[in-house]
Amino acid sequence: MAQQMTGAEMVIQALIDQDVEHIFGYPGGAVLPIYDAIFQQDKVEHILVRHEQGATHMAEGYARSTGKCGVVLVTSGPGATNAVTGLADALLDSIPMVCITGQVPTPLIGSDAFQECDTVGITRNCTKHNYLVKSVEDLPRILHEAFYVATSGRPGPVVIDIPKDVQFALGSYMKPNNGSHPTYKPQMEGELEAIKMAVDMMLKAEKPVFYTGGGVVNSGPEASKELRELADLTGYPVTSTLMGLGAFPASSDQWLGMLGMHGTYEANMAMHDCDLMICVGARFDDRITGRLDGFSPNSKKIHIDIDPSSINKNIVVDLPIIGDCGLVLEEMVRIWRSRTNEPRTEAIAPWWKQINEWRDVKSLAYEKSDKVIKPQYAIERLFELTKERDVYITTEVGQHQMWAAQHFHFNEPNRWMTSGGLGTMGYGLPAAVGVQTAHRDALVIDIAGEASVQMTMQEMSTAVQYGLPIKVFILNNEYMGMVRQWQELLHGGRYSNSYSESLPDFVKMAEAFGAHGIICEDPAELDDKIMEMIDSDKPVIFDCRVTKEENCLPMIPSGKAHHEMILPDTADIGNIIDEKGKVLV
Amino acid sequence: MFKPSWDLERNQLVERHTLTVLVDNEPGVLARVVGLFSARGFNIESLTVSETEHDRHRSRITIVTTATPKVLAQIKLQLERLVPVHRVHDLTAEGNALERELALIKVSGKGENRVETLRLAEAFRANVVDASIESFVFEITGRPNKVEQFITLMQPLGLVEVVRTGLTAISRGKEGM
Repeated sequence: MAQQMTGAEMVIQALIDQDVEHIFGYPGGAVLPIYDAIFQQDKVEHILVRHEQGATHMAEGYARSTGKCGVVLVTSGPGATNAVTGLADALLDSIPMVCITGQVPTPLIGSDAFQECDTVGITRNCTKHNYLVKSVEDLPRILHEAFYVATSGRPGPVVIDIPKDVQFALGSYMKPNNGSHPTYKPQMEGELEAIKMAVDMMLKAEKPVFYTGGGVVNSGPEASKELRELADLTGYPVTSTLMGLGAFPASSDQWLGMLGMHGTYEANMAMHDCDLMICVGARFDDRITGRLDGFSPNSKKIHIDIDPSSINKNIVVDLPIIGDCGLVLEEMVRIWRSRTNEPRTEAIAPWWKQINEWRDVKSLAYEKSDKVIKPQYAIERLFELTKERDVYITTEVGQHQMWAAQHFHFNEPNRWMTSGGLGTMGYGLPAAVGVQTAHRDALVIDIAGEASVQMTMQEMSTAVQYGLPIKVFILNNEYMGMVRQWQELLHGGRYSNSYSESLPDFVKMAEAFGAHGIICEDPAELDDKIMEMIDSDKPVIFDCRVTKEENCLPMIPSGKAHHEMILPDTADIGNIIDEKGKVLV
Repeated sequence: MFKPSWDLERNQLVERHTLTVLVDNEPGVLARVVGLFSARGFNIESLTVSETEHDRHRSRITIVTTATPKVLAQIKLQLERLVPVHRVHDLTAEGNALERELALIKVSGKGENRVETLRLAEAFRANVVDASIESFVFEITGRPNKVEQFITLMQPLGLVEVVRTGLTAISRGKEGM
């Protein structure tokens, strides 16, 4: 016998049935019934944010660090529109999220009512799917379906827009079914013939490289294990996109570092010169490929992806394998084992020799200083002083993000939360709050820039309210560093509006929030102050003053291919990009 | 699925293809399909839609699009990715589909032109669905180039206005979608 309850109660019951423990939200007129239902239970903990964008990034951080679905609850109108950035972010980075929005009562829809907006219209192109619930009878099915769609296949954000009268209406609740959908049926298992063919290609390769991405992390910890095993069996080098960091251990000898625009020389050269590229859960994004017609010209390409539309979208491949990369990798391991027990050490020895020569270029080198803190040095010290701990890193977007990706090293998946596809400044601080919500005893650090962090700084207040001791480590160079770098590259060093005038005193700001503030300008004091940050049981804002006009290198300039990188010893970066490259981003 | 696809890259010529899409007829489904085309910069030359299975609330959408083979493959995969989409068939690639369009065509004129108009209408099997002393409205059904041809012939004879349904299409033989 189906249970009778109100729409608002159904929302909470569905969250409980979907094993949701935390939701991030902000109340308002059109979601009051749901907030009333939250008040009357204690199974789902609600984290009150300070701005709805913060709620979405918290849900993203929560989801990415746990593998669970992040849940957001916001009101109609501005509540929904403020959530749009986070939805778009989650769509591009394939983060499972369910965002419940309140809506004006159904009779008022379309009347330009107070706090009304066309939420499903606005969010249609920045969600995996969305629903407007017109009747309470549809609500339980839609709630469960939303979780299924958000978490299965290639994950993504789903919006459920619930008018206020539907929240009050009585109806019969039903439990989730076993997770299936009449039309949405992602292919999980890869085609066996294709996988066999892939192993055959791998056995013949002389210059192979694994190019892995966020899909390995999304697939779950098993996928990372299988990847490690396959890398072990084959002895082949591994590189990864920004989103995939941690799926393969950075401590491994086979690790080439991140690839792409700010990837290492060895990773990009290996991509350019390889004869077999094995792409696992990555999507040939423009940050990765550089100039398309110069991309890895002499290689055969295998592409493993759960989303068929990723195949041949940017780069045409020789062998697509549609399926969950964990399952496909598992099959690959099995088939490889059935063919040989030896890594192909000898066959690929010349390739490793070549790679080691590229490694000797030391593309991540930078000029050391004992007078000012170099941003790369700050990240290095942060890594050294935290690597034995249970640490999670989030970032904002810009130079600091790339330095973090280059100089902080990850050995486990789900430890690195960053906005890759959309490049959302202001992501890192709320994402850290989300991560800390799920991992109360862990050390959660937002590696930030002074510009990005001001976009969502108000969420410090959330961190303080819930006793979430996040550490905001700001590499403060007083510039929107990446904007400034591109202005140096492309616009004759005319730094139009990229200098951060009138910066706040971050220490006082921390204190005003009830957090702990630290400032450091001297490289000699850096270690002690980082330890002070780690040892504090409060949220911390760390104002780390670094070199002002440092460039983030190496770099594939826009419009160039992998073998045309700018290396750290380049004196003048202002004359490298041609007219065609200038129009690219 | 795993056949090598380098021919996609080789052929850069734009082709016109007719796609038929089976969808759940839920609110916003058409907006979703059209929004996908505009968001990703795909072309729509013609679009028809109507619910075709009332008991199961399913609609068929027929889309005519022009693109290179690589983009056509993307369009199909992107459409299949939409949650309410059951299936997408490329009728042009499958070959020999039946394609029809309906147009209503208003022509005004007197005397000899009027006689000529009627004679052409008969040749094209266009029906007169409205007539006045000085005008006709014709209904014509057929492949788009037949409709196009008839409209061109009506031009000098006093063509006033045209409305067209856009193309709708179905595969031949006993197999359904």
